[in-house]
Amino acid sequence: MAHEHGPGEEHEAGPRHELSHWAKRAYAIRDILIEKGVVTEADIRRQGEFTESKTPANGARLVARAWTDPEFKARLMADPKKVCAEMGIDASTLNEFVILENTGRVRHMVVCTLCSCYPRPILGRPPDWYKSFNYRKRAVNDPRGVMREFGLDVPDEVEVRVHDSTADMRYLVIPARPAGTEGLGVEELEKLVTRDSMIGVMDALPSVPE
Amino acid sequence: MGRTVSRDGGFRDGEAVRVKSHFQPGHVRTPFYIKGKTGWVERCYGEFRNPESLGHGGDGLPRIRLYLVGFHQKDVWDGYDAGRDDKVFVDIFEHWLEPAAGA
Repeated sequence: MAHEHGPGEEHEAGPRHELSHWAKRAYAIRDILIEKGVVTEADIRRQGEFTESKTPANGARLVARAWTDPEFKARLMADPKKVCAEMGIDASTLNEFVILENTGRVRHMVVCTLCSCYPRPILGRPPDWYKSFNYRKRAVNDPRGVMREFGLDVPDEVEVRVHDSTADMRYLVIPARPAGTEGLGVEELEKLVTRDSMIGVMDALPSVPE
Repeated sequence: MGRTVSRDGGFRDGEAVRVKSHFQPGHVRTPFYIKGKTGWVERCYGEFRNPESLGHGGDGLPRIRLYLVGFHQKDVWDGYDAGRDDKVFVDIFEHWLEPAAGA
């Protein structure tokens, strides 16, 4: 079968793997940038490692602490980037950062209909479904249907607010703290805070996974 | 959030606004589905570099006010029949907004 090898392709190569048109284009542009001396392979590797080092654990730390400490939550919502810096989370690459809090009456869900804007320093790389046309279209016109597919039935009396992050703002949802978790410490609470709950398509886990 | 922003000449919080529906070639951050729709200014986020310039290698200056604009889902989508209070919020630059009173 036709299989063009590009440098750096190994990590995603499978037995029947073929590069898409866009992947080929991206690799070609990268090769030209290296050839012209604009960037080096080491620069690209370092940036890749930096990107990969960001995980939803950063967001989970913010959420679990906000659940347990109202004063912290108030400061987080008032000045999220400053609070991230205090927590040792590097959010400096975010232009603006906005926190949305789910309550019993209102829940939030985040999408970028134009591309894939996402609070990467806080949540890491966006999942593939977040970038899909299907999600980007349906998150705005059928958010309840999308949440149902994630396993969440939102009662009619709860207001759903979709945030389309079309500009400089990056949004993070604080999911509601699950009932019956009063006895858990912050570190256990962090395990309840999933990536999808911080995008807003799911609730936090009801209990610590085995 | 609680950010205080000087907005002389800008839209006020709660003011009714309509998104302009003209077509503009090039890099635009106003999504198609919201063009021509009427909502309200939830708040002003401050001034930001203009993506329509940045997207084409420009400096994005002068900075333009960016608003969080809320819309009732029922006003955006025909036949949206789920929660009656459901809303969609979109970040929209000032030059894409006009006062809705002039409809």
